[in-house]
Amino acid sequence: MNDALLVIVVVTALAFDFTNGFHDTGNAMATSIATGALGPRTAVALSGVLNLVGAFLSLSVAATIASGLVDTNLVTLTVVFAGLAGGIIWNLLTWLLGIPSSSSHALIGGVIGSTIAAAGLSGVKWQGLVSKVIIPAALSPIIAILVAATGTWLVYRLSRRVAAGARSHGFRIGQIGSASLVSLAHGTNDAQKTMGIITLALIANGTLKSGASAPFWVIVSCAIAISLGTYLGGWRVIRTLGKGLVEIESPQGMAAEFSSAAVILLSSHFGYSLSTTHVATGSILGTGIGKAGAEVRWNVAGRMATAWLFTLPAAAIVGAAAFGLAHVIGGLAGGIAVFVILAGVALAIWLASRRTPVDRKNVNAEWTGSIAPAEPTPAGV
Amino acid sequence: MDWINLTALWQIVVFGLIAGAGLPAVFALGLRALSLGARTQPGSGESDEIVGGNPVGMVLGGVCFLIVLASIAGGIYFIVAAS
Repeated sequence: MNDALLVIVVVTALAFDFTNGFHDTGNAMATSIATGALGPRTAVALSGVLNLVGAFLSLSVAATIASGLVDTNLVTLTVVFAGLAGGIIWNLLTWLLGIPSSSSHALIGGVIGSTIAAAGLSGVKWQGLVSKVIIPAALSPIIAILVAATGTWLVYRLSRRVAAGARSHGFRIGQIGSASLVSLAHGTNDAQKTMGIITLALIANGTLKSGASAPFWVIVSCAIAISLGTYLGGWRVIRTLGKGLVEIESPQGMAAEFSSAAVILLSSHFGYSLSTTHVATGSILGTGIGKAGAEVRWNVAGRMATAWLFTLPAAAIVGAAAFGLAHVIGGLAGGIAVFVILAGVALAIWLASRRTPVDRKNVNAEWTGSIAPAEPTPAGV
Repeated sequence: MDWINLTALWQIVVFGLIAGAGLPAVFALGLRALSLGARTQPGSGESDEIVGGNPVGMVLGGVCFLIVLASIAGGIYFIVAAS
């Protein structure tokens, strides 16, 4: 019986990894698409491939994702499953609204919610949550803003005698390299989070011994899922990051991407599973601050920051509710019921997104204050 | 367990600034060097020709771009080797 539930959990985890991919395509590629350094289709393909490569590069984050945050002895398959449901629903809702929120926080929030529902407040390692998740989440965008603003200021200062056209052209070429680096960094960081979750499920099921590392098939399937998600391209989020937050020129784009890559890779080296989204958004904001006369849309930034504050608790509530439902029905039937509801909600959100579609054709349209570009025909919202 | 790992924090900030802000700056210097000798004047030209044609500038530009590429390669090696 448990093996059937395990299959559902693994499928759900890979689905989460897939949403993680398309939710975060914009972190690496939004500025390159906005400045025209890469065509939209080329950008998502390149990013997908590099996420795949990146997923195999480093495995230092995978171990820390859950072990320091919840009491792993209390974690059952249902807890992992309900946590994933919370993460997926939050990811899809924020994608619908075009808000670049953290997939990592969605996942962590979901797992914490389902752990609380299963074992009470004492099942959560609160100090671990604060020191490994909340404090890094508060600091990382600030560091990214600082680095990107400094980089942007230096770049404009040093290249001020270069003709505007040549400068724009040169940095567009540079952006291809820097955006690739962020994609690689995203793969090393984010794919590991799902690897960690699936490993946790395998341990909870008794398939693996406690403390085991991710089996090879887990690494491969997670790498493929995040890469396919990235290739799909989360155009709604790309649009907000590339057009909504700051009007970006190619020197700013390159400074933002270098800042993101450096901060993500360094933090990853220290074992912090911080949010690539928080870093990338901070970097883009920083380039708006570092360039004299650049327009930063603080209302868009504020909307994002609000969503970030809600990510952990909102995903936790969905995770707890999912656990409650699965627990009340019980066993495999409970798992299947939640899975069906989850699929239904995902379908509904997707259908809602079709009413105001954002795709590679209109992703760069003039920002008019909303996610969906103004259309000649009235949109049915 | 400490609430904040200050050692990690300052290293992330310092090395973040060196790599994240320093490398684009070196790239900008390279672009500046490469454009030496260009006929178009700053601000006035619509031309997107990057190479100005000055031999010294081209060598200096090449050195700058090599520094950027070597740093990226070194950084990736560092990440892979550490895991």
